Amino acid sequence: MKRRDFMYTAALGAGVLASPIPIIGRNIFSEELLNPGMDVATKKAMADVALNTARGMGATYADARIGRYLNQYVFTRENMVQNTVNTESFGIGIRVIANGTWGFASTNDVTPDGIKKATELAISVAKANSKIQTEEIILAPVKGHGEISWKTPIEMNAMEVPVSDKVDLLLEANARALENGADYISSALFLVNEQKYFASTEGSYIDQDVHRIWPTLNITAIDKSSGKFKNRQGLGAPMGMGYEYIIPDKAEEIKGAGDVVLYRHSYDIVADAIAGAKQAKEMLSAKSVEAGKYDLVLEPNHLGLTIHESVGHPLELDRVLGYEANYAGTSFATLDKWESGDFNYGNELVNLVADKTQKHSLGAVGYDDEGVKCKKWDLVRDGILVNYQAIRDQVHMIDQNESHGCCYSQSWNDVQFQRMPNVSLEPGKEKYSIDDMIKDVEKGIYLVGRGSYSIDQQRYNFQFGGTLTYEIKNGEITGMINDAAYQSNTQEFWNSCAKICDKDDYRMFGSFFDGKGQPGQVSAVSHGCSTTRFNGVNVINTGRNI
Amino acid sequence: MSIYTKEEAQEIINRALKFSSADGCEINLSGNISGNIRYARNTVSTAGVNSNQNMTVQSNFGKKVGVATIDEFDDKSLEKVVKRSEELARLSPESPEFMEPLGPQTYAESKTHIQKTADITPDFRAQVAAASIDPAKKNDITAAGFFDDSSGFNAMANSNGLFAYNKNTDMNFTVTMRTNDGTGSGWSTRDYNDVSMFDPAEASMIAIDKALMSKEAKAIEPGKYTVILEPAASIGLLQNMFFSFNARSADEGRSFMAKEGGGNKLGEKIVDERVTLYTDPFHEKVPTATWTSGGIPRKKMMWLEDGVVKNLAYSRYWAKEKGVEPIPFPSNGIMVGGDASLEDLIKDTRRGILVTRLWYIRSVDPQTLLYTGLTRDGTFYIENGKIKHPIKNFRFNESPIIMLNNLETLGQQVRIDGNLIPYMKIRDFTFTSLSDAV
Repeated sequence: MKRRDFMYTAALGAGVLASPIPIIGRNIFSEELLNPGMDVATKKAMADVALNTARGMGATYADARIGRYLNQYVFTRENMVQNTVNTESFGIGIRVIANGTWGFASTNDVTPDGIKKATELAISVAKANSKIQTEEIILAPVKGHGEISWKTPIEMNAMEVPVSDKVDLLLEANARALENGADYISSALFLVNEQKYFASTEGSYIDQDVHRIWPTLNITAIDKSSGKFKNRQGLGAPMGMGYEYIIPDKAEEIKGAGDVVLYRHSYDIVADAIAGAKQAKEMLSAKSVEAGKYDLVLEPNHLGLTIHESVGHPLELDRVLGYEANYAGTSFATLDKWESGDFNYGNELVNLVADKTQKHSLGAVGYDDEGVKCKKWDLVRDGILVNYQAIRDQVHMIDQNESHGCCYSQSWNDVQFQRMPNVSLEPGKEKYSIDDMIKDVEKGIYLVGRGSYSIDQQRYNFQFGGTLTYEIKNGEITGMINDAAYQSNTQEFWNSCAKICDKDDYRMFGSFFDGKGQPGQVSAVSHGCSTTRFNGVNVINTGRNI
Repeated sequence: MSIYTKEEAQEIINRALKFSSADGCEINLSGNISGNIRYARNTVSTAGVNSNQNMTVQSNFGKKVGVATIDEFDDKSLEKVVKRSEELARLSPESPEFMEPLGPQTYAESKTHIQKTADITPDFRAQVAAASIDPAKKNDITAAGFFDDSSGFNAMANSNGLFAYNKNTDMNFTVTMRTNDGTGSGWSTRDYNDVSMFDPAEASMIAIDKALMSKEAKAIEPGKYTVILEPAASIGLLQNMFFSFNARSADEGRSFMAKEGGGNKLGEKIVDERVTLYTDPFHEKVPTATWTSGGIPRKKMMWLEDGVVKNLAYSRYWAKEKGVEPIPFPSNGIMVGGDASLEDLIKDTRRGILVTRLWYIRSVDPQTLLYTGLTRDGTFYIENGKIKHPIKNFRFNESPIIMLNNLETLGQQVRIDGNLIPYMKIRDFTFTSLSDAV
């Protein structure tokens, strides 16, 4: 009974650590979140201790990451605050190549002596592993960037906003949901600030200040007489933004089909709580779907997760090559398919791009965790598989000589490796609204927000549900339905793409918790798209009588 | 860092408690040393050793609670962390569900620490990897695996005189073996408190055999099939079912355990009468700590007996609200099995499917505990008592409640992920689509 213990704590919604995020670091006062931390000149001097020690011990390459990771979480349910947590984690991770083999060690003792010892340990790990290492490490060239900095373009640092304001906002959302028919509601706010300093023997000293925010809602409506209950998740998304994301801005709202209101770069959590309460109640009496083939109109906060699972993961080069075989799995998108130059991942409407520079996204940084300047590149162009996601020691395996810049570690304490960049579906070129997606559908379903999701270990077969599901008949939304989940195959699904809304409907879905590796690490990633239609997809009925 | 003895831990915590001036103070002290090795493509990819130690101090003034942590235990640091938790408590809003620290409790000694596991070296980990990679290479197979081990302690004390201590070791191993033509894949896992029970070559050979046996799988139609679920296949669904044994969400009307018209399903028969499931921290094969993180003693506890719900977990707060004794959430799951071996179960099956494991299990409907996921790494068609041929993987949509109502036969128990679960033969298990994944 180990694997999900911490999730159980979260499900209970009570107790001191009611967090779905493993809480890392020491607890601090909220005021301390604003302390500047170690100054850049000192960080450079500390990083140089690591680099010089590594060089002196024969390393052919070394990098040092000094990280200060700040988190603030606020948890509420109904009319009470369950917990507020502020944490700080600070230390240095040192990675080296010695005897042609990677070595890594980390320490929270960020002093010349502590760093020297950790570097020596990293070298000794590399030398020990070199005895059983059989693959040569070839690093793609990277230019030294000198001393530079990058910061998430935020308007308001969420850490500067008093905790009491955050509590008041969440309790207001809860109160309004309860007034509008919710039986229970949990809401939370997760704030992250990664202050990362990277230095390498290639001549880079990069100081980055990364901000992320995630407001969540879970609204429950119950019919006691029948024993039925329904949950409706919030329609906000985690974003690479400051507190401005949860300041309502009508200009950032999008009117979806039916009575659904959707959000782009500003989330009105109170309005969504009110709408969510009404919708959760409506679900209690909605009819059950009839299984069969449907045209699916997928809203971006829903389709984003399908992109994540069916495009983001299978195009990670380490999965393709077998490095993740024992955990997340391998990939159907094998090298021969890419080499053929004519593998139809989707039809000609489908253009999927990787982008570590996209404004407001969770994956946006200036430089990755091995000092490569971030960029945007094609994965699927006009339906054809054209590239993967790869880092410095991988790109030579696909005959390229420039890293894609998607190396990441969740903290100073973990070694960096290839992680999924933001992967997004380009909006359609023709002007289409959400109504244009629906009006010529005879028999269809409109799915909104994140629901159930599952995909196989090579990313062929998947099943997804939404948090809101509506029936479309003869070009119109006719009402809410229950028990609908669609099952498809990745290549078949992307080849059934029929129509994509234009850029005016484009927005991002995101996840704070993309998991990978053993020991596991999490990474935050966004997926953008516009509302998109897929024709003739198999829908099953998931209702059961017990 | 050190794995502190009971006496050392008590001395450190007592020094910290002396600095407390709050209404209540509860201190948890823990330390852990862990090591791991990861391999893929028949070579080692990463290896590491991590250690950490941590003290968490929770102070309360009435229902205002503050928590602070520290990893240094000299007097100055201890005073600082206690005072910090008190300052945070004074600034916090009231926590309506806060419960006062428990008074002194009596705990039995646990059986969770085995010195041999605590003594695992980097060389041993490298040998584990080699014991997988060498036979893989000989069989034209590529091995990918992960071995990790840990040794640690937890201690807890509070201002009401409670003190608890436990030492623990464990190890986990998983390996995936894939044939080099990409058409076969096998997997196995082992977990123990005592590493001397672990044979990496034996576990690796099972995965190799499954990989070779699963080459060139045939597609059969999805539908309802009799299945033999290895414990690694059923555990994911059973764990998800265990997590619904929560009185509060049931009483609130939002779980499978909620009853039509209000209340919960305590005392109701929900699955086949041969299903008996309990927790026992003293079980020789799956020992756990004898107290919870809140200091409640753990004891043997029945959850399902003869198919009837015997207990639900009550937090201290919810127990007080409902006027009952708190019942901690299960630390391990032990499901009563039968005598049949896996071979016996196959021999007695006319038509069926042997499932090695289920993967990517996610909730579809919390109302009925419906889950979806896929078979992986060894799925075989059985006909007339024999494994006939490998089959392509399936997606399932199934509820553990329906699964345990459709029980045909219980087999022998196997330790899996800290639990003891039998092989099970189940009729009418619902597969809804085919997957091309190997």
